Amino acid sequence: MPDLGKYAGAVLSSYAVSLLLLAVLAAVSIRRARRMKKELETIEKKMKNNV
Amino acid sequence: MNFNALWAYANPRKFIETADKVLPALSVLAALCMGVGLVWGFFFTPDDYRQGATVKIIYLHVPSALMAINIWLMMLVTSLVWIVRRHHVSALAARAAAPIGMVMTLIALITGAIWGQPMWGTWWAWDPRLTSFLILFLFYLGYIALWEAIENDDTAADLTSILCLVGSVFALLSRYAVNFWNQGLHQGASILRGAALVGDTEERMSNVYAVPLFVSIAGFVLLSLALIILRTQTEIRARRMRALMARERMN
Repeated sequence: MPDLGKYAGAVLSSYAVSLLLLAVLAAVSIRRARRMKKELETIEKKMKNNV
Repeated sequence: MNFNALWAYANPRKFIETADKVLPALSVLAALCMGVGLVWGFFFTPDDYRQGATVKIIYLHVPSALMAINIWLMMLVTSLVWIVRRHHVSALAARAAAPIGMVMTLIALITGAIWGQPMWGTWWAWDPRLTSFLILFLFYLGYIALWEAIENDDTAADLTSILCLVGSVFALLSRYAVNFWNQGLHQGASILRGAALVGDTEERMSNVYAVPLFVSIAGFVLLSLALIILRTQTEIRARRMRALMARERMN
């Protein structure tokens, strides 16, 4: 860990907040992508069976 | 280069197939560049003689600010494609990109405020660049809200495209505000400037900081690209699902 001196709070909080926001964005995007793919497959299968 | 070949990706099926192929490699490359850029910048760069350790915030602040503006400009291009050529994929790409741009703008605002407190003695100033960035953030929120508020996809795409055109003024303003007004706190461009890149100015950034910064910028660009492709794929599927459900209700 580098010595951040009196600016440790500023630097660490910048990295923590930014990485957290990016991680949440990526997680939400991946989760929604998986859910949507699954739901669409279910509906397409259902409609095929109805024809 | 044959730009006409790009229109093939306006076909939703073709877009989804291509996205499935490129996403794994793109994601790995994005994680690699971001990891290397941020670890290098955080652990292996020295303190600046004036800014001390706060110089390490640059590896987050500059790439996120760049992406905040560039994602809006990408949305402008795809919105124009929607207005002119009525390709659904382009409207959905703009919709998919907006939350990513919003997060990038938020990161730029937060890291800027955290850096500003010890360096400028204030978290916030009504400086031209800071203010235009705040307005850009509000435009992102408004854009996302407008998509959510309108049920008909085509109407939503039309109205959000117009909003995107208007917001582009602020996206460009936030990029060039430092050149228009000199009274602000925010310093002028010193990184992605032609003269600075060839090392021909007094304010040129040392390579000790510039090289990891460029790696970090590459990481942010690749991450944004990967997320935009993934989210566009999701929006295409969501649109198809809405259409199928509407058809089922009619039957």
